[in-house]
Amino acid sequence: MASLKKIARRSFLVGSAAILGGVAFGTYKYHQPAPNPLQPGAGKAVLNSFVFVDQNGVTLIAPRAEMGQGVRSSWAALIAEELDVDPAQVNVIHGPAAKAYYNSAMMAEALPGRGYTASDFQHSLGQIVGNFSKFLDLQVTGGSSSMKDGFTRMRLAGASARETLKEAAAQKLGLSRALLETKDGYVLAPDGVKLSYSELASEAADIDPLEPELRPAALWKYIGKPVPRIDMVAKVTGTAGFGVDTRIDGMKFAAIKQNPHFGAGMRSFDASAAKDMAGVEEIIDLGDAVAVVGSNTWLAQQAVNAIQVDWEPASYPETTDAIFAEIAAAFDGSANSTLRDDGNVDDLPEGAELIEAEYRLPYLAHATMEPMNATALFTGDALEIWAPNQGPTVVQKAAADLTGLDTEAVTVNTTYLGGGFGRRIEVDYCNRAVQIAQKLKGIPVQLTWSREEDMQHDYYRPGSIGRYRAAVKDGKAVMVHGKIAAQSTTQEGAGRMLGLPMSGPDKGHVDAAFNQPLAIPNFRVEGFIAKPMIPVGFWRSVAASFNGFFSDSIIDEMAHKAGRDPLEFRLELARAEWEPAAKVLETVRDMSGWSGTTPEGIGRGVALVYSFGTPVAQVIEVADRDGEIAITKAWIAADLGLAVDPQNTEAQLFSGLAYGLSAACYGEITFDGGAVEQENFPDYDAMRMPSMPAVEIAVLQNQKHMGGAGEPGTPPAAPALANALFDLTGTRARELPLSNHFSLL
Amino acid sequence: MSKTLRINGKTHQVDLPDDVPLLWVLRDEIGLTGTKFGCGVAACGACTVQVDGEAMRSCQLSLGDVEGEVTTIEGLGTPDNMAKIQAAWVEHQVAQCGYCQSGQIMQAASLLAENPSPSDADIDEAMQGNLCRCGTYPRIRAAIHSAAKMMQEA
Repeated sequence: MASLKKIARRSFLVGSAAILGGVAFGTYKYHQPAPNPLQPGAGKAVLNSFVFVDQNGVTLIAPRAEMGQGVRSSWAALIAEELDVDPAQVNVIHGPAAKAYYNSAMMAEALPGRGYTASDFQHSLGQIVGNFSKFLDLQVTGGSSSMKDGFTRMRLAGASARETLKEAAAQKLGLSRALLETKDGYVLAPDGVKLSYSELASEAADIDPLEPELRPAALWKYIGKPVPRIDMVAKVTGTAGFGVDTRIDGMKFAAIKQNPHFGAGMRSFDASAAKDMAGVEEIIDLGDAVAVVGSNTWLAQQAVNAIQVDWEPASYPETTDAIFAEIAAAFDGSANSTLRDDGNVDDLPEGAELIEAEYRLPYLAHATMEPMNATALFTGDALEIWAPNQGPTVVQKAAADLTGLDTEAVTVNTTYLGGGFGRRIEVDYCNRAVQIAQKLKGIPVQLTWSREEDMQHDYYRPGSIGRYRAAVKDGKAVMVHGKIAAQSTTQEGAGRMLGLPMSGPDKGHVDAAFNQPLAIPNFRVEGFIAKPMIPVGFWRSVAASFNGFFSDSIIDEMAHKAGRDPLEFRLELARAEWEPAAKVLETVRDMSGWSGTTPEGIGRGVALVYSFGTPVAQVIEVADRDGEIAITKAWIAADLGLAVDPQNTEAQLFSGLAYGLSAACYGEITFDGGAVEQENFPDYDAMRMPSMPAVEIAVLQNQKHMGGAGEPGTPPAAPALANALFDLTGTRARELPLSNHFSLL
Repeated sequence: MSKTLRINGKTHQVDLPDDVPLLWVLRDEIGLTGTKFGCGVAACGACTVQVDGEAMRSCQLSLGDVEGEVTTIEGLGTPDNMAKIQAAWVEHQVAQCGYCQSGQIMQAASLLAENPSPSDADIDEAMQGNLCRCGTYPRIRAAIHSAAKMMQEA
């Protein structure tokens, strides 16, 4: 095993002189729970570094993208819990791009199985599979995985650091370590002597890390309690550094124009009108795009807009209708997956009533508030990037490939992210800044995309079609057969990120369709993959964002066909399959005072979707206001097993709801001539202060395993709203966005 | 094309074309990056600043048209000395990604200056131009009510 000093040097001393004389702690235990048959052999243990102490105090590394979900705070709280420091009193940094910061939980989602039925053994297996992330350098934030990933590892990191500091104090004081205690950044001796962690740093550096036991939940001070976010003051005073706020001495500002036809080239361009415009310093031919570099972002944007470009045409169908015809054509091929196949769906059970429905959902943009941007400085033998990104090692590798530099020569600084939602797991915007920086050797340059470039060059949530046959008999659900067709985010997006071809049954593609915790005797879900056309990627809750709508909408249609109360109908199905799912339904029923009837002019809908390990039920209430419909109230109940910070979990849940409602009401990316038709927020709007409902939230902790927080709040929003609109108007929405079919306030 | 601006109590001399929006003067020339670029078409409110106390979209206010004292988020309060409204934002743990919050706070501060005790309807009206993709609206609303109370008690 490598010594602590070696780790300290390897991980930190290279990048930061400030840590000289300090000590870094890490966890080297591969896994809880053991035994782990796939554990890499002895001598191959990788030590992860998450804590260092120097003369300036304690610094925790939270190497996950802070994009609004509060991960930096919650991650720090996990370490602080065992280290005995107040998260508010220590420095928390993102740290460098490093293999050591792999995500051990995200890959586990790829294992077969419904999730909610997973045994302890399968969860252990998930952790083993997660370890493969390290071999792929997969330092990424996504999949609602951070707390699952960090929960054990980070407490171990904190505990190991604590015990090592105690050992250092024990040696210094000539006392046994067992006699010492720790509190708020100090080691306390029985005689009242107090030694700060800082003053123990150099002694601790000589001690091999100790492997302690973790504290029981009853002793937790921070976990399970609201902890003020460490980024809050900066974010309300304009001092938090987002990507666009990067300022480097001598930095230039750049704007870009890319082909609106994805993947197509540039025949030629005429920059004669642009080159003499104010503030323009360089016009750069990027081969398939053109950029302007100057003294001011806005002036560069004006100039780039003045460049006339002859673009090559699109190589995929050019209109929304033609693209959806291709998606529908996927049903004619063979199914990629049949991950649920219970009973018999080929024959309608005798005496049952059949329901057939086709649902269509549009492509969607992420539309993060902070447009895509990155800053880069290329010096010939090294490259430094400052970027609001969700995957530092992915950015690093892509930049190395692009420039021909070794990855060690590429430094990635991760800023705060002005929204991520999955968009910033891609590297295109970083690569563009790198391409420009290569032409400006020695000069730092910040590339900021206009909102229009951002909206028209996304990796979109795929457009999708769900075809359902379902049946009810004697008031009960007896059959569901769902067929889902869309481009595959897994094959296209994960393939792009990992640089590996993805094949086999695509579980992600049918997530929240095949694995819903509903006891239906005849239940089959098949996934069909449409050919790559529009670039598709990971959009908050990924395929659950459309499958959740399909699978809950059909249940609602079945409930009405069966003449049953929609909430009681779901409850019966959930209770027979998985108790935690039933509990979230009961909770929203009680919170909302669900009675099954609503006054004239009021409608209510309920939805239940299980995704990313968390069952979430939502009730939404709508009201007729002189012929226009207002979304007035929402109730959310979610079971995370353990919520590391309940206040922040609530924020994630209503945020997920808002993101889902935004898409349900207004979100639609359409195509004409091979280009995206929407340009900016006026034609891609979202929930705003008056349209956002009042929200009441219950965070439950009944299930055995930890569920995610960032994404599961999104999938139920659209069906709950559509179901409420049906209750109010009698019109069933099988397509989104709803503003195309309803007059929404 | 030199122009004198008063921003957060300080005088700045800038030499840029008159049509450059104030947003980009603040961000790329003066280095006040707290004011954010979101859309460039006055549709999101991320760039909201105050001119003589009135909330304005700085992406639509040309340098040549700036008359009066400009206040940005940096001028409202600092981490060590936050304005009451900023303290209310912290109390309610409003920000998620935080990118839109400078604009939200500048807009809300302008509302509270005009209307010390806004109703929910007043808040809807005043804040509807400020987009938040994280959907922090429930906490923004609560923080505005808190700030109103704090300011009245002061």
